[in-house]
Amino acid sequence: MVRKFLVVGFALGLFAVTAAAAADMPEYKLAIKDHKFEPAQLTAPANAKFKVLVTNQDATPSEFESNDFNREKIVLPGNTITVFVGPLDKGSYKFFDDFHQDTGNGVLIVQ
Amino acid sequence: MLGVALLVFREVLEAALIVSIVAAATRGVLRRGLYISAGIGLGVLGAILVALCAGAIAEAVNGSGQELFNACVLFAAVLMIAWHVIWMSSHARELVQHMQSIGGAVKAGSSSLSMLFAVVALAVLREGSEIVLFLYGMAAGGAGLGGLLTGIPVGIIGGVAVGFALYFGLLRIPLRYFFTATNWMLVLLAAGLASTAARFLVQANLLPALGTQVWNTSALLDNGSVIGQALHILIGYDAHPSGIQIVFWLTTVVLLVIGMKLTARAPPRRADVDAARGGSTAAT
Repeated sequence: MVRKFLVVGFALGLFAVTAAAAADMPEYKLAIKDHKFEPAQLTAPANAKFKVLVTNQDATPSEFESNDFNREKIVLPGNTITVFVGPLDKGSYKFFDDFHQDTGNGVLIVQ
Repeated sequence: MLGVALLVFREVLEAALIVSIVAAATRGVLRRGLYISAGIGLGVLGAILVALCAGAIAEAVNGSGQELFNACVLFAAVLMIAWHVIWMSSHARELVQHMQSIGGAVKAGSSSLSMLFAVVALAVLREGSEIVLFLYGMAAGGAGLGGLLTGIPVGIIGGVAVGFALYFGLLRIPLRYFFTATNWMLVLLAAGLASTAARFLVQANLLPALGTQVWNTSALLDNGSVIGQALHILIGYDAHPSGIQIVFWLTTVVLLVIGMKLTARAPPRRADVDAARGGSTAAT
């Protein structure tokens, strides 16, 4: 029983800490319009965690995905998703719209 | 057409690999074809339901709904596989003897085998919901009907064909080692699913990453390649895993191996001993 409380307490503590840290994390915004990313290039600092906000301005669902920084999340029409990324080393990381791979391509420059 | 076929192929492939392993691991079970078909059918229904509820899922828990939903489905599958693998380590011998001596099938109902059929449903549900959303978008976006009608079957047939290839490949393993092999495949499958669940929780900022990219083998085998993706399902391959993914992968393997050893060491039940004696006298 005690252990259960400890586990729950630990989880809540962890949640509070990460939530507090998330509040002052830098945000970078992307839009999906006509199955393309706007902007198609995003620049973020190295060795820091940040948020990417993706808004889908099209009338069809998209999936924000990256094999280079291991993220995937569906973005429904008119919705905005938040994805936590990093900390990453310097370099360029590709991302794409899994549902529109021929047009939806972008790159994240970490420097 | 090609874009549709490729996406459908990739999603179907992931589910097909899991279904193949389950199909092999339930060898010798009475009416397993029916169980597996029912699992796939339930999964397809679930996928449509999940796609319909995508909006509600996306907005749940401050926008972390998708990650939590995926993680829950994955952890549920991990628990079911774990249950089966541990049960199997004390029943595999019995099952093989039954198949060799009587040549008949065992009933799934009383055993943990039915757990594995739920795993089939969960795998189809997770991959299928993405296909449904994608195809809905394609249709709503005015993609040609011809492209959809050729792309979907080509993708499905391609993915299912790879699944069948794996299944028939596994059947070539001699019966003596067969369930040991499928059990190990299930352990690696479960470990990979646990690692993927951890990745979703990191993406939602609910778990610390413990190092975003502990190593990077993407030059060797990229996550986006078909082989990389197949290995991702089969053994949990990730070209650049986060530290917490490695922790979840290793923890799953260690816990399952301990569970298997503990149940395998348990004294055999009376029925097993009798069956073994019966089997050996029949052979001599």
